[in-house]
Amino acid sequence: MHGSAARATLLWLVLVAATLLTWAVGERGSAGPHVAALLAVVSCVKGGMVILDFMVLRHAPPMWRALTLGWLVLTWALIGLAYWNGMPT
Amino acid sequence: MNTASATALTPAPPAAQYRLAGDLAIWIFILAELLAFGVFFAAYAFTRANHVELFDAEQRALHRDVGALNTALLLTASYFVVRAVQAAERFAARASSHWLLGAMVCGAGFIVLKLFEYGAAFDQGVSLSSSPFHMFYLSLTFFHFMHVILGMVILAALWFGARAGRYQPGDMNGMETGAAYWHMVDLVWLILFPLVYVIH
Repeated sequence: MHGSAARATLLWLVLVAATLLTWAVGERGSAGPHVAALLAVVSCVKGGMVILDFMVLRHAPPMWRALTLGWLVLTWALIGLAYWNGMPT
Repeated sequence: MNTASATALTPAPPAAQYRLAGDLAIWIFILAELLAFGVFFAAYAFTRANHVELFDAEQRALHRDVGALNTALLLTASYFVVRAVQAAERFAARASSHWLLGAMVCGAGFIVLKLFEYGAAFDQGVSLSSSPFHMFYLSLTFFHFMHVILGMVILAALWFGARAGRYQPGDMNGMETGAAYWHMVDLVWLILFPLVYVIH
């Protein structure tokens, strides 16, 4: 159920690469809604990997998978709403 | 009707296709924690909307490199925990304990870097009352930090258990429970870092 070492290693490499991407965006100082949306999507993809494969919710009853993934998406949706609210009109 | 066709007509009970890895109790706890952090993140985001320039300016002074390194450390610790669980599943108790040790080293690295980061921040005059951004930065990261500490205690307990050969196929519940908690700590940071340290 917990998968192979090779798969876990591949996921880890992707996660670290995605972290590097987020850091690089931070270094560039890029701002604005498109950048924020990109970072939110990256976070969701990373979180999704941890939820589905590290926490093995991929093989859990659908309700738990839905609740946890739903939390991830809902949290970023709220953050996005707040970000949009704070943008100059 | 002969026996063969009778058994052929009786469907076999479905194999257990779904399984939650870890105790039900820890998952209820995990969801409660995620909810708490989610509310905290939303509070940060909506407060920022009223102080956009202040938040953006003060965010620039954060140690983003340390934050990124800490993200990598937590991810690596989670990876090591997965490897530890996989090892226990194939009766490799010693290997399992080694992976857990690696996870704890990464967790310790996070703690050391976080303490260094706080020290530098306090030197710069950052406090809970110096600005709403600082208040959120300190309280959010500290709330998470306390969860890392608890996570380390859990990893240590798993390490003792692994060394004692306690976890093997059919007896993985304790290890999966502890692992699930650690992954939650990692998951929360995966939102915290881009939200507080990068997005502006």
